[in-house]
Amino acid sequence: MAIWLRRSRSLAHYLKAEIGFWKVPNQRSFLNPCFFNPENSSSTTLTGENYGNPASFLGNSPTLFGSRRFESIKSGREELDLEYENSGHQNQAMDFPGGRISFTSEMKFISESPRERIPCYRVLDYDGLPIMHSSFVEVSKEEALKMFSSMVTLETMDTILYEAQRQGRISFYLTSIGEEAINIATAAALTPHDVVLPQYREPGVLLWRGFTLQEFSNQCFGNKADYGKGRQMPIHYGSNKHNYFTVSSTIATQIPQAVGAAYSLKMDKKDACVVTYFGDGGTSEGDFHAGLNFAAVMEAPVVYICRNNGWAISTPVSQQFRSDGVVVKGKAYGIQSIRVDGNDALAVYSATRAAREMAITEQKPILIEMLTYRVGHHSTSDDSTKYRPVDEIEHWKTARNPISRFRKWVDKNGWWSDKDESELRVNVRKQLLQAIQVAEKAEKPPISNLFTDVYESLPSNLCEQEELLRESIKRHPQDYPSDVPV
Amino acid sequence: MERDARVCVMGEDVGHYGGSYKVTKDLANKYGDLRVLDTPIAENSFTGMAIGAAMTGLRPIVEGMNMGFLLLAFNQISNNCGMLHYTSGGQFTIPVVIRGPGGVGRQLGAEHSQRLESYFQSIPGIQMVACSTPYNAKGLMKAAIRSENPVILFEHVLLYNLKERIPDEEYVLNLEEAEMVRPGEHITILTYSRMRYHVMQAAKTLVNKGYDPEVIDIRSLKPFDLHTIGNSVKKTHRVLIVEECMRTGGIGASLTAAINEYFHDYLDAPVVCLSSQDVPTPYAGTLEEWTVVQPTQIVTAVEQLCR
Repeated sequence: MAIWLRRSRSLAHYLKAEIGFWKVPNQRSFLNPCFFNPENSSSTTLTGENYGNPASFLGNSPTLFGSRRFESIKSGREELDLEYENSGHQNQAMDFPGGRISFTSEMKFISESPRERIPCYRVLDYDGLPIMHSSFVEVSKEEALKMFSSMVTLETMDTILYEAQRQGRISFYLTSIGEEAINIATAAALTPHDVVLPQYREPGVLLWRGFTLQEFSNQCFGNKADYGKGRQMPIHYGSNKHNYFTVSSTIATQIPQAVGAAYSLKMDKKDACVVTYFGDGGTSEGDFHAGLNFAAVMEAPVVYICRNNGWAISTPVSQQFRSDGVVVKGKAYGIQSIRVDGNDALAVYSATRAAREMAITEQKPILIEMLTYRVGHHSTSDDSTKYRPVDEIEHWKTARNPISRFRKWVDKNGWWSDKDESELRVNVRKQLLQAIQVAEKAEKPPISNLFTDVYESLPSNLCEQEELLRESIKRHPQDYPSDVPV
Repeated sequence: MERDARVCVMGEDVGHYGGSYKVTKDLANKYGDLRVLDTPIAENSFTGMAIGAAMTGLRPIVEGMNMGFLLLAFNQISNNCGMLHYTSGGQFTIPVVIRGPGGVGRQLGAEHSQRLESYFQSIPGIQMVACSTPYNAKGLMKAAIRSENPVILFEHVLLYNLKERIPDEEYVLNLEEAEMVRPGEHITILTYSRMRYHVMQAAKTLVNKGYDPEVIDIRSLKPFDLHTIGNSVKKTHRVLIVEECMRTGGIGASLTAAINEYFHDYLDAPVVCLSSQDVPTPYAGTLEEWTVVQPTQIVTAVEQLCR
């Protein structure tokens, strides 16, 4: 009895709020076809409230009151929600497979978009000053300088190797320009035992772990010293000793593989987690959804890092998904998630550290959406000025540059100077150019590498195929490149 | 699983349900829910998961509830499973076993009657074997698990009920070896999986008619055991392939090409291949029966070849 009264009271209150606004001279809003029209694309409730999409309602309403009405109903609704929540607990709940659910007799659709987008966690402002009351993990001077110089090294490496491709010295390259903070700060927050499954725009993680400029160059030039033995295109780095799984071009396939790696760590009860990266585009792949779902169900210690850089080659995020970015998807799978300013190295570092802790101690996956911008083209096969404005790119390259932002913070602590900066850049450049020269001149992998490692040992068909190839080469030596050993 | 703690099983309903054909029955009770893992329904993803686990040191066995469902895992199998050992320069091995019931059953419908060996045979880096008896099932399974290569083990939906006395003790068969089922002189009949039984049934009739067929269960679908097959061809000079794959692009098609290439000089007649027609498997019982090679057809083919 009491419950019913309470409900009806709030209903009356609710109606009053509506009626109040309908006293507006333009009664047409009530009769407005848009909210009784089932064809209206936005979700409408029984009471005609166009909850999720005020714009379309406004479009149809000839008056300005459309938005105000929306506002009051919003707050009215909130109160109503609370009422229902409270009464719900007192009502009978029903048992279904999956658990106990309390019911409501009101048919209400959950809005497809929140009133407000999930805010992003940020520590440093654009001047490199920590925002007041921001909570973050402290970084020592040593750590900070290592992070900063790694970011600079990554940027330099990207710039020079990109140029090398342009000059025809390597066949392909893709840069991580604009995403240096994500690359380095996440890597810094991990331990060398954490297994990393990259997509392809995370060489910084490998750099942090000690992969040398020479090793990077060797892979790009596909020479004999390449750990991949010249079998993959440039930037497909992989190093088992650095716990960095070999890059596979396929998008998002690493996401379920990460669950498998975590499963392995879980079985061995290791004090380590798995970290896997993917872009905004990768979240559309089936593997993303199934992988996250698996991780949640299996309580796998995986930290999922989404580099939401706004673009999947030429597809902007508005054409990739309609949700509030990627962070909201975590909830759908029962995964704790956070949105971070990906160009704020300290925020990235803190969030990754915290996520790692949770993943390991609580044995569960965490999703981190890092908002950033892909300053470079998708790869050397792309010219992004064809589909996005040049001034947008410039803006993110300069005003929103993660390296200069972190530099400001480092400077303010008195840890770095212009002189240090120019010395570092000159050194890295010199080292890299040297490494490239060495890599370029180094011998290519021998032809036997075409057949080894397909299986553990050479099966008869491959032995035979190798023989045939060698015969061919002997017969036509002029067609065989002279710099590739037989 | 007893011998090596790294061996684990993952798939749909493999845990307490014991698997769609009860292959993993009671394993969850014995080894726990983590080692015998029930996965959500996402074949590409749990195959991917197995690959990730293998790269980190485990030896997972992936079960496709029906082999046909593994078509969803094609991307992971082809682009990652078969490739990563090679593209990583040998740094990462993928010792997974992918197995499950396949082939044409009894009125399971087209989607549950796929012969995946046709589709997967091209993928570099994987090995494929088909078991056909309780004896070779045990030996091949153990070999597959112990192999460092990714192996796809094809089981057949209609062969799970076979009963045979097999040794209790451990034995491991060679993944690349064919099995001599019945030595003979007149003709080499190459087959595998369920068709072995149709061939043997036909062989009985053939023997009564005075023929002496040599029956070889090829077992290894990739690579072919051309040594055993070659020796047989050199002896009999006539080859009949009996398979369940579709005519186009099946194991039979590849085997015919291989035999023609290597043993052309030893052949007295063209290689004949009996396969299923290039149709989706119908549901109706009679239609289904006639989409699979029958013993009478095998007898006729041998009689024609040996004329």
